[in-house]
Amino acid sequence: MVMLMSSKKKRKRNRINKENKSKEIENMVVIEGSHAVAEAVKLCKPKVVAAFPITPQTHIVERLAWLVANGLLDAEYINVESEHSALSLVAGAVACGVRAYTATSSQGLALMHEVLHATSGMRLPVVMHVANRALSAPLNIWNDLSDTLAQRDTSWIQLYAENVQESVDFTFIAYKVAEEVMLPTMVCMDGYTLTHVYEPVSIPKQEQVDDYLPEYQTNYKLDVENPMLIGAYALPDDYMEFKYDQQLAMDVAMAKLEGEKEEFEKKFKRKFDLIEEYNLNSNIAIISMGSVCGTIKDAIDNMDVGLLRLISYRPFPKDRIRDALRNVETIAVIDRAFSYGFEGVLFSEIKSAFYNVEEKPRIFGYTVGLGGRDIRIEDIRRIIEDVKQAEKESDWIGLRGVYA
Amino acid sequence: MIAELPEEELFLPGHTACAGCSQALAVRIAMKALGRNTIVCLATGCLEIYSTQYRRCAWKVPVIHMLFENAPAVASGVEVAMKRIGKDANVAVFAGDGATADIGFGALSGMLERGHDVIYICIDNEAYMNTGIQRSGSTPYAAYTTTSPPGKVSIGNKTFKKDLPAIVAAHRIPYVATANPSYPKDLYKKVKKAMEFDGAKYIHILTPCPTGWGFESSETIKIGRLANETALWVNYEVISGEIMDVMKVKEKKPVEEYLRRQARFRHLSEKEIAEIQKFADENARIFSL
Repeated sequence: MVMLMSSKKKRKRNRINKENKSKEIENMVVIEGSHAVAEAVKLCKPKVVAAFPITPQTHIVERLAWLVANGLLDAEYINVESEHSALSLVAGAVACGVRAYTATSSQGLALMHEVLHATSGMRLPVVMHVANRALSAPLNIWNDLSDTLAQRDTSWIQLYAENVQESVDFTFIAYKVAEEVMLPTMVCMDGYTLTHVYEPVSIPKQEQVDDYLPEYQTNYKLDVENPMLIGAYALPDDYMEFKYDQQLAMDVAMAKLEGEKEEFEKKFKRKFDLIEEYNLNSNIAIISMGSVCGTIKDAIDNMDVGLLRLISYRPFPKDRIRDALRNVETIAVIDRAFSYGFEGVLFSEIKSAFYNVEEKPRIFGYTVGLGGRDIRIEDIRRIIEDVKQAEKESDWIGLRGVYA
Repeated sequence: MIAELPEEELFLPGHTACAGCSQALAVRIAMKALGRNTIVCLATGCLEIYSTQYRRCAWKVPVIHMLFENAPAVASGVEVAMKRIGKDANVAVFAGDGATADIGFGALSGMLERGHDVIYICIDNEAYMNTGIQRSGSTPYAAYTTTSPPGKVSIGNKTFKKDLPAIVAAHRIPYVATANPSYPKDLYKKVKKAMEFDGAKYIHILTPCPTGWGFESSETIKIGRLANETALWVNYEVISGEIMDVMKVKEKKPVEEYLRRQARFRHLSEKEIAEIQKFADENARIFSL
């Protein structure tokens, strides 16, 4: 929910050094989110792109197909017969030591589910944008985070963008970290809210990206000169060590992402972090992810409430969250995905992050915006009012009719 | 082995296939034809399980296994990547009948339609043998499997075998062939021939399975021959849409000779045998055996 903001706030949010400002403006274009992402992917020079169209991911892959068709991206663009095959094809290409790309959304991601597990288990650093969209049924093409959060345990790194600029920037970070730690990475961007919005975006120059992102090289690949089996099956004697290695790789991914705070800013003059701390100097804090944080920021400006925006969902920066909220007494977690039979997905995770902390904050969960239901500033303010004297541990906000 | 075939083994002994497995034999022969400059993509199944256990790889060439139904898509990615790298390696898929006829059929059709330069080899043992002899779309009429058991009100598998080579040929790919490891030179020759064509190639190999079909492991080659001799299986090629090089049967035998030797057909009454004979006669007519 990208909202108009006061120029004062805008300045505050985009703390760009004065000396870099002219360079930034030089690279600035007003561009649709999906097209900006396609430009970012192009700058990463994938050799293979395979995709199956699904709303609202379509503009990303249409643009990539156009770039390839016009000789602007030197890659093979393969139209496949399903998302299952899209990720399988891309995984096959990456297994040959080639950088590759796909994008999907909602049902497409759900169809990929077993391939997601296999890709990470085989340690193939695929990068994919997910245009976040609700899952059927009822059929709904609009935005929430049900699709990617349901893939939490697939051992993919998941980064959640707040705006188009981050959807672009995270592409470079995703390839870099994925290839270093040999884990695939999803860049999650809200469907429509980010994929179909026009925003001023800084698209880096090719030299900048080349300087930041080295060419993909790996010793683990299918090569007739050096035969290797990729995808062995493991008996109980070996399986657990493979899986433990994946967790160790996630730990390394966390350290690498921390390292990108400095590295990325140095190369691109923009900030990157695993979390964003916004006005966290009051007793009450909201925690959320993705573009809704734009609305939340507008709602809490001039209020005594802060926001912790979670950017890296996996790996989950538990210590950073604990540390950032150490002085906060009350937390409202705003969820756009729900675990049926229990509670909001992020709500559970935040509570678990604080369970072993001695002085625990009070934590409440609010589910909003499923299937593209508009999330208004009034909804956020209502949550803030509610959390001050909350009686119910978690609730749904914005319901209509008899449920309201 | 057979004198005319290359000596070099690329599919090595020490794998854990059942005694008398004709699939392992078919793969061994096919690999002699494909040679070292080959990348193999496996679907989940018997072959994958008996040849790719961690630390016990039976292959001398690069192998990738990902999932049950996506080997054609993985192979497409490997082929495209090889093209980009500028390496001219053969890309071959080995997948069972379940992976090919059922769960991976969409992925196979996509790979064929896109025309990837891949040799797809279906090793057909006519059921899900790896999981314990369950019925697939490639299981023949009236056969016993654990999920098509004959009983008081059932004859066993109710449907005839899906005609995969014909369905594949309908994609108008340059080369389709059927083979049988009981005729190893023919099998070898067909893999070699497939390698001459650009684009997607498909070879469907009938691989008699002592464990699943219920015959002595010493009978494998004989059972395979009987499949051809009874016209229940026909070796042929389809090039540019034309059926050609049909392997003729010198002395056609009644299907009963094939059926009687297998436990999976033990329950058949004369009525079912007559149905199966009709199917064989139809084959003989179509292919002018």
